[in-house]
Amino acid sequence: MWTIIHKMGSPPWFFRFSGALVRWLLPLTICLLLAGAFWGLLVAPPDFRQGNSYRIIYIHVPAAVVALAGYYVMALAGAVSLIWRIKMADITMRAVAPVGAVLTAIALLTGAIWGKPTWGAWWVWDARITSMLILLFLYLGVVALFEAYENKTAAARACAVLTLVGTVNIPIIYKSVDWWYSLHQPASIKFTGESAIDSSMLYPLLVMILAFYCVFAVTVLLNMRAELVWTHRESGWLKQWVGGA
Amino acid sequence: MPSDRPLLSLRVAFARQFYRHARALLASPSDVANPLIFFFMVITLFPLGLGPNPDRLATMAPGILWVVALLASLMVSAKLFASDFEDGSLEQLALAPYPLALTALAEVAAHWLATGFILALVSPLFGVMLGLPWDGLPVLVASLFLGTVCLTLIGALGSALTVNVRRGGLLLSLLIIPLNVPVLIFGTTAVREAVIGGNPESWLALMGGLALGSLVVLPIAVAAALRVSLDS
Repeated sequence: MWTIIHKMGSPPWFFRFSGALVRWLLPLTICLLLAGAFWGLLVAPPDFRQGNSYRIIYIHVPAAVVALAGYYVMALAGAVSLIWRIKMADITMRAVAPVGAVLTAIALLTGAIWGKPTWGAWWVWDARITSMLILLFLYLGVVALFEAYENKTAAARACAVLTLVGTVNIPIIYKSVDWWYSLHQPASIKFTGESAIDSSMLYPLLVMILAFYCVFAVTVLLNMRAELVWTHRESGWLKQWVGGA
Repeated sequence: MPSDRPLLSLRVAFARQFYRHARALLASPSDVANPLIFFFMVITLFPLGLGPNPDRLATMAPGILWVVALLASLMVSAKLFASDFEDGSLEQLALAPYPLALTALAEVAAHWLATGFILALVSPLFGVMLGLPWDGLPVLVASLFLGTVCLTLIGALGSALTVNVRRGGLLLSLLIIPLNVPVLIFGTTAVREAVIGGNPESWLALMGGLALGSLVVLPIAVAAALRVSLDS
């Protein structure tokens, strides 16, 4: 167990390992995405009330789910970076932040596009939408803080502190926005997804969620590899790898 | 560490640090007055922008007052650790044999007394200007009193993270506005509940809980952030 963690902390080992991982994960991701899209967009039945417009759920929900999970990945990496000072954890945080921000933005955009035909408005100050917007701000804050520091180790530790405080705050934000919404919005608008979703629509959704997790993993790994190549551009093991490849 | 001087007790160390920062604030009254003048001026802008209809202003007053208080705290927190960082006393504090979380908390406490506390005290004046009903005024003071504790501590975290960053002002607002959202929601809801004759106590209790929780957790985070800024 510990030897694996120690190995993970070593850039050359991680570089080789992630290279092999991406080689397997990338085809799997493409297959899952194609399968999920085909199943969800063509095979699954149209919704009784929303017709075909509901199909955007196959992008909207996976993006939102993975965006939320991504923040916790970042927080975990931040804790590891603060406690054990492992460089790879810094690189993980740095790689996750922009991916998470983009996924949150996709969830918000697809939500707006879905909202127009369903609710008749591009934007509604609904509790969940507002929490996602705040999550986007939290991600952007981490990205901006990383860019602001010259010293990359200090940047990672600053972001780790910010992310951990944000993690404590996320449930509070979610709860407060929830109460705020229930007080001020008329109950006329509700997520139609509240009703139990039929399995013919659920299974393609689960496939798409899995596909988005894979997209997230592949993007983060590629980001990390790019960062490793840049920070270790002078070191021997990288030159050897380039020579061997 | 020279051993000929005995260590101060933590309480005395806290008190001295508090007085030091309070004296520095008293020496430059404009630092205390500026947020109040800012608050006053922005409050003036709202009736000009929204129209002078008293009923409409009264319904919007809780939100306006709280948003402007948040902005005022954002404005002052940018400077919280700046002068100590520039003259090197922050480095001395970090090297001192006292927990940095404690000495940072002393600075934040002095800062809060000069900004958030005074803002809460004078807020009824601005509430009356916006036509906030009488029932709302005590709750406005209480909610600002508790809420500015959180706002100041979160602002201190932002200030500690950005003190060594060039052009940190805009970055600071990006970092701390999302974290301030619950305080804003609880504060405005408490005042609004008081105005409509509801039950503001539960919201004030939530804010008290947030303030106490922030007092426990955030000084540690602020100290960690200050060490990062000093190292970079």
